[in-house]
Amino acid sequence: MDKDQDKILDEVTTGEYKYGFHSDIESEQIQKGLSEDVVRIISAKKNEPDWLLEFRLKAYRHWLTMKMPAWPNLKIPVINYQDIIFYSAPKQKPKLNSLDEIDPELKRTFDKLGIPLEEQKHLAGVAVDAVMDSVSVKTTFREALAEMGIIFCSFSDAVHEYPDLVKRYMGTVVPYTDNFFASLNSAVFSDGSFCYIPKGVRCPMELSTYFRINAANTGQFERTLLVADEESYVSYLEGCTAPSRDENQLHAAIVEIIAEKNSEVKYSTVQNWYPGDKDGKGGIFNFVTKRGMCRGENSKISWTQIETGSAITWKYPSCILRGDNSTGEFYSVAVTNNHQQADTGTKMIHIGKNTKSTIVSKGISAGKGQNSYRGLVKILKNASNARNFSQCDSLLLGDKCGAHTFPYLEVDNQTAIVEHEATTSKIGEDQIFYCNQRGISTEDAIGMIVNGYAREVINKLPMEFAVEAQKLLQISLEGSVG
Amino acid sequence: MLDINNLKVSIAGKSILKGVSLHVKPGEIHAIMGPNGSGKSTLASVLTGREFAEVTEGTVTYMGNNLLEMSPEDRAKEGIFLGFQYPIEIPGVSMVNFMKTAVNEKRKHHGLDPLSASDFLKMMREKKELVEIDSKLANRSVNEGFSGGEKKKNEIFQMAMLEPKLAILDETDSGLDIDALRIVANGVNKLKKADNSFIVITHYQRLLDHIIPDVVHVLYDGRIVKTAGKELALELEAKGYDWIKKEVENNVIA
Repeated sequence: MDKDQDKILDEVTTGEYKYGFHSDIESEQIQKGLSEDVVRIISAKKNEPDWLLEFRLKAYRHWLTMKMPAWPNLKIPVINYQDIIFYSAPKQKPKLNSLDEIDPELKRTFDKLGIPLEEQKHLAGVAVDAVMDSVSVKTTFREALAEMGIIFCSFSDAVHEYPDLVKRYMGTVVPYTDNFFASLNSAVFSDGSFCYIPKGVRCPMELSTYFRINAANTGQFERTLLVADEESYVSYLEGCTAPSRDENQLHAAIVEIIAEKNSEVKYSTVQNWYPGDKDGKGGIFNFVTKRGMCRGENSKISWTQIETGSAITWKYPSCILRGDNSTGEFYSVAVTNNHQQADTGTKMIHIGKNTKSTIVSKGISAGKGQNSYRGLVKILKNASNARNFSQCDSLLLGDKCGAHTFPYLEVDNQTAIVEHEATTSKIGEDQIFYCNQRGISTEDAIGMIVNGYAREVINKLPMEFAVEAQKLLQISLEGSVG
Repeated sequence: MLDINNLKVSIAGKSILKGVSLHVKPGEIHAIMGPNGSGKSTLASVLTGREFAEVTEGTVTYMGNNLLEMSPEDRAKEGIFLGFQYPIEIPGVSMVNFMKTAVNEKRKHHGLDPLSASDFLKMMREKKELVEIDSKLANRSVNEGFSGGEKKKNEIFQMAMLEPKLAILDETDSGLDIDALRIVANGVNKLKKADNSFIVITHYQRLLDHIIPDVVHVLYDGRIVKTAGKELALELEAKGYDWIKKEVENNVIA
């Protein structure tokens, strides 16, 4: 790890957002604005079965009755939904039989992002579903995984090829009525990833989805559905970037995880959407609903997130611990620099007996960033011997940023043991000077201190991505002190 | 090695050093003694480049260069080491990682390749033995949860790792029991060579029983009011600082 760390320190030379480029890819877009017709157009473009169109329409009609949530500790400008393009797809030939048919510019874009679409070039042991704007452009290793019975494909393909599975699970963890952005997503979602691990299979490689927003004035609304059948295991990772633009762009996604008896799902996110410029202009609004259901006994869902990007982040990856002896975990590092705002945390809902949850949240605020942790631990009446441990730490760089903690606790069973620890600390000039005096520059010192602070969470990521995450933390905070 | 001429320094507008001159040659150990508030730690801060100390007059030349124009990290890489009076805790950053970064930054500065992991660990082992530091300390986070004595020993360990040309020890003896004091002093004595120098800032004589200085200075009210050989430390111990204060007030020395 130390060697990697050295490499990181050497590689990092500029504090600019590295993924802010825009690719010239001809795209097929529908007119901007949202209406029942738009929902029907999206469904028709994807040639969807009627049951899915019905689902979308119900969601849309429900959404019309809802208001944007006002409770987050965020300042969100008014979003004009009639000004957003809800469907944008890179133009390509109707059916892709080989990689040669992919637009070279598209390939180049993902190469530039470090996500080669050629399987042989890719990081060994990682399968990728690459999503640009509204559609999945390529899923690697699909055939190899299929031999083990693992289904890993775009959501659209799943709808056509595995309609029964999609029908059985979609909306069971995050119903279309769940919240404002979940309803919106359910109405207009365009693509995303689908993954099914059959009974008794341990997925041999990391599965990942890479989300890229490219087109201007569009929103990205993807949906991920991940099902781990009995006795199975999968580790899943998502990454995301977007071009630097002056306008805000909306990203409202849904992730649903179902873990059956004795299964384990690890879900990791390295979120690096464009955060806006130093003055707070532009950036992605990242309003995401992520929830996992531990349906079977002894099942486990573990969320790890490194949140460095987005102008505004609003997300609470949660676990519903329904099966007895099931376990939920949430490990989070959220960085807000310049004018970024984040209101993030988790919900752990203990329903089954002997259920356990762990929450480790590390907020880092710099510049004028505002960082809130919001978490709910709920122990229901029948959840005997439930246990929760929560630790919420905040680190402040400078004196213009803010850290806030909103823990909620609802316990209806007397046998529950719930612990909560919280700390707030500042990177002191003393610490930086101490490093300086040993010959370490201020930027490197901050990187080192922040990575030390976040180590507990970063260690939960798959190795290849841990290195990436460390680098990202350092880049995100460059220029924040000095 | 180090030439300080008529150095005047203020902190937040208040004059702290009022014209200090000091000349340190290679291989020398200088002790700076003085009562609390006389400006000893401020001198250490100025030499290592802490921002809050503002130089209003005077010059400091280190190895032929204007020290005051150098960044704190460049001073460190050019061989200036400060043993902190109150070493700082850095949670989550292991001593191994911290020292490896520091050692390799210095090597890079001098055009050398970074040490390989095995060479570095070998160096750590040797230096740990040299300063009799518990090997467990090196695996913990920087100073986190260390006792006062462990922190000071850790400073000496870092000094051994970085092999400075000029080491400034700021009240390294404060808060140490006799055994720790001996270990710290032995560390300094073992690291002393013909071409490196030490400035030992201390309040008490007792450290100087173990580290024999070539020159002893008394800093009082921002000025060096007396300079002599090692016997001055003993005299101070016997008579206390009141004697100096009185001499100054009577203008005997001024």
